[in-house]
Amino acid sequence: MNIQFRETTESASPPTIKTAIADCDIHPARATRTELYPYLAKRWQHHLDVYGVHAYQGMMEGPPYPKAQPNASRRDAYPPEGGPQGSSLSFMQQQHLDPNNVQLGVLNPLGTGQGIRNHELSAALCSAINDWQIDKWTSKDKRLKASIVVGNEDAMTAAAEIRERAGDKNFVQVLLLSRNVEPLGQRRYWPIYQAAEEAGLPVGVHAFGFGGNPITPSGWPSYYIEEMVGHSQCQQSALASLVLEGVCERFPKLKMVMIEAGFGWAPSLCWRLDKVWQRLRSEVPHVRRPPSEYIREQVWWTTQPMEDPERREDLLDVIEWIGWDRLLFATDYPHWDYDEPSRVLPPGVSEANREAFYLGNARKLYGITA
Amino acid sequence: MARHVIAPVDEFPPGTRKFLEIDGRPIAVFNIKGEYFGLSNRCPHQGAALCEGPLIGLAQSKDPGEIEYSRLGEIIRCPWHGWEFDVRTGQSYCDPRRFRVKAYPAHVEPGASVVKGPYVAETIPVRVESNYVVVEL
Ligand code: FES
Repeated sequence: MNIQFRETTESASPPTIKTAIADCDIHPARATRTELYPYLAKRWQHHLDVYGVHAYQGMMEGPPYPKAQPNASRRDAYPPEGGPQGSSLSFMQQQHLDPNNVQLGVLNPLGTGQGIRNHELSAALCSAINDWQIDKWTSKDKRLKASIVVGNEDAMTAAAEIRERAGDKNFVQVLLLSRNVEPLGQRRYWPIYQAAEEAGLPVGVHAFGFGGNPITPSGWPSYYIEEMVGHSQCQQSALASLVLEGVCERFPKLKMVMIEAGFGWAPSLCWRLDKVWQRLRSEVPHVRRPPSEYIREQVWWTTQPMEDPERREDLLDVIEWIGWDRLLFATDYPHWDYDEPSRVLPPGVSEANREAFYLGNARKLYGITA
Repeated sequence: MARHVIAPVDEFPPGTRKFLEIDGRPIAVFNIKGEYFGLSNRCPHQGAALCEGPLIGLAQSKDPGEIEYSRLGEIIRCPWHGWEFDVRTGQSYCDPRRFRVKAYPAHVEPGASVVKGPYVAETIPVRVESNYVVVEL
């Protein structure tokens, strides 16, 4: 009999050398409620203290659901110095960027001031968030790049924010959310696309937002699990709107990234769009080509949350259809539905496709050289 | 099967858990109301440190609208994606056919039976009169 006496330790397994990756969806958080105040005029600081924010829908501040894990985040992602998950650069480096060999991390802050009824406050908060992203994150870690957050419901002001940040190497895309007051292709949002196209910046459409509409087309659901799948329905109508309203036609150099809403639905959405377009084309003659053509040319997809089919080869079929050059790997750190880089792809993917999937596509799209 | 002494019983009270690495394997041992359970601390889904999750109960339903919540504190919920596993057996509640966490038998043995190994005295001063929590793997 072999008896060993063990000291209790918390030591983890030795670190493994991991493939270099781009993480195209990282969510930085504020450590305190007032962390943005240094970037806000006194007028807005007082406004927030006295009136708070007024959203297009209720239940925006306290999350409408507990979101599966605290703050919708990994339970092991609380920084040791306190504060919510994702609020500490040093802990993010130690827990995620270093061990996962992240070479490029794209920041997509949430809870930013988008979708607020007071458009002046919305613009001030978005601009503050953008300053904060430079100060707290991108200037301190060169791997990190920021998304320009804009007050989407007032597109002229949003376009001005984009023009002001254009050319600043801290920023690599413009961030919109999928849930807005109107579907995203509507003309009220076009100044945003125009400014982004001029600046050469892709527009990322991240699942989420508080446009005042229910998450599902059939109304407010009972369960958080319905919200989780509702995001992909939302993203599908946003994308259909962008194509059918003529945004792709009008802004042919515009690149769009569908963030955090899956991609398994892309082929069927395209097949369906093409089929009805053939029959109803005369209703939307400004859509001059089959919708799938615009989508294949102008749309990229972040991977998280990866679909996880029973037959893993089915996933490869979907990717094959979308194109190995169109997917951008993302973890969604520190959120709870995080994807672990080494576990997402089934075996049998060629070295060139793996490299494109994990790093190459993102570098190319965002113009980051090694 | 090697037996590994984890701690003296009086240093491992109910409601606590210990994380350790044995032969390169991350393991967690729980004291749930005086019973001890050992589990691999690597989630079979995507590899999170499973046992850093909360211990919850088991929600089950025979019919919509009827919910039974039982076995409070015996189900571990992964800190990442929330998959649930039975602490007693390692059985998954999401996909019991495909996923299971390795469970390691843990129990208490009297000091007199565990002090005989060759490694004992080197690492921890063993008081023979104590009981010890032992994990087998
Ligand atoms: S890693 Fe545990 S549920 Fe995904």
